[in-house]
Amino acid sequence: MSAAVFGLCGAAAVGLGLYGLITHPQLLRKILAFNLLGAGVFLVFGVVAHRGAAAGFGGDPVPQALVITGMVVAFAATALAVALLLRLFQATGSATWRADAASQASDGPAGT
Amino acid sequence: MNMAFAFDCGLAVVVTGVAGWIVLTRATFGAVAGFVGFGLLLTLAWVRLAAIDVALTEAAIGSLAGALMLSATARLRPREPTTAVGPGPMSRVVAALLSAVIAAALAAAVLSLPDPAPTLTPAAAEHAAATGLGNPVTNVLMAFRAMDTLLEKVVLLLALVGVWSLAPDRFWGGRPSLLRRVEPGGTLDFLARLLPPVGIVAGIYVLWEGANHPGGAFQGGTILASMWLLVLMAGIAEAPAVGSRRLRLTLIAGPSVFFAVGLGGLFLGDAFLAYPEAVAKPVILVIEFAMTLTVTVTLALFLAGPPTREPFP
Amino acid sequence: MSVLRDIVTATAVVAGAFFFMAGTVGLLRFPDPLTRLHALTKADSLGLGLIVLGLLPRATGLLAALKLILVWLLVQLAGATVAQLIAREARRGMPST
Repeated sequence: MSAAVFGLCGAAAVGLGLYGLITHPQLLRKILAFNLLGAGVFLVFGVVAHRGAAAGFGGDPVPQALVITGMVVAFAATALAVALLLRLFQATGSATWRADAASQASDGPAGT
Repeated sequence: MNMAFAFDCGLAVVVTGVAGWIVLTRATFGAVAGFVGFGLLLTLAWVRLAAIDVALTEAAIGSLAGALMLSATARLRPREPTTAVGPGPMSRVVAALLSAVIAAALAAAVLSLPDPAPTLTPAAAEHAAATGLGNPVTNVLMAFRAMDTLLEKVVLLLALVGVWSLAPDRFWGGRPSLLRRVEPGGTLDFLARLLPPVGIVAGIYVLWEGANHPGGAFQGGTILASMWLLVLMAGIAEAPAVGSRRLRLTLIAGPSVFFAVGLGGLFLGDAFLAYPEAVAKPVILVIEFAMTLTVTVTLALFLAGPPTREPFP
Repeated sequence: MSVLRDIVTATAVVAGAFFFMAGTVGLLRFPDPLTRLHALTKADSLGLGLIVLGLLPRATGLLAALKLILVWLLVQLAGATVAQLIAREARRGMPST
């Protein structure tokens, strides 16, 4: 029963992270929202692990091991994303997604 | 409706509230600070879900990720516009609807999980005697799904090479630079001289205890990495040059020991990564020791970033 | 005997939680980064000390009790140092008085 509460919390975190990923113009906020999305998914895994408790263990160890692996890999992906972000900032002076940047690039060579 | 359930509900509400804060607040610094708090609250949630190893990993890696974001915020701060224009209201509404639908679908899936739940716990308990380790999660990580752990090490290395490759060509092989405050005799210097001995003992203790109690190579390695980062940020030691041979040998120590053991299993045993039952525990300890070394150096170098200085001739 | 232990634990933990609340109220209501830091570090380290004191009767042995005390000491060390560093940065941005 208590596991279901955390499952709902994980679902909420997934929804919030997805919203943040789509709507924030700043790239660092997008990376934060992506981490939030990942944390929500891991919580749902944790619920599955808790429900699989049997044979004297508190939880099913296989999903728990998968979550540990996932957390470390997510951290590596975040580190690479942040490094790319800082390089983008160095190269262009801005770390914000601009909706008009794409149209500027396509207007340039063709039009005025 | 007992106390534990009430606590779980309260914790879930607070976690969701902090998640909402992270997404909806205006200032980036506030969002990053909220993210660090979110990680620590999640640690509590993991303890309530009876997953202590995962709680340790979340506390360690979540805090390290928070430190990564904080250093990125500090570097971006001088020119980041706080009034950047986001998508218009119509797009926001569509995005909110999409997120709500996905969250609702996930919630429905969570509430309709099959009962009795399918589980691999009996299988894990049955074969636990094969390795002689007392911690089932370590058993799964190092013995039953050792292939996943080996590949994860390789993924970490690839990500690190990706981070290094973002440096300009002339800096290749040089030293990265961390945000740091060098103040001999100052407060940070004091902390960086006092805390690492305790932290190193704590990290090795967590690694060692991972055999029979919650703990393990990742958790211990993260503690050791944060101690090294403290020393680097106080300016007591210099970041190693990316091209240094010793550094590169340390980085490949983990995966290569793991891979060598796997090949040994292939030629001397039944299959790749098969441990002969008599020596399973010492072999696993050797792999874990090499893995911790690699994890420590890799995680710390993730925070250090790409090299920013030319290598000395 | 175990009733007395439960009473000690409950009292100390509730007192510790009260101090944490006080520190949080200070964080929200004080006007200044320096005053907020003062409220937070003082109240939080006292609160954590009370909670550790409350958990000591329930520790499963001398080693576990020593680990709890070590946790408290480490949090105090980290908290005090970080408060110093933040205060120094905060004072840098203030007009000199």
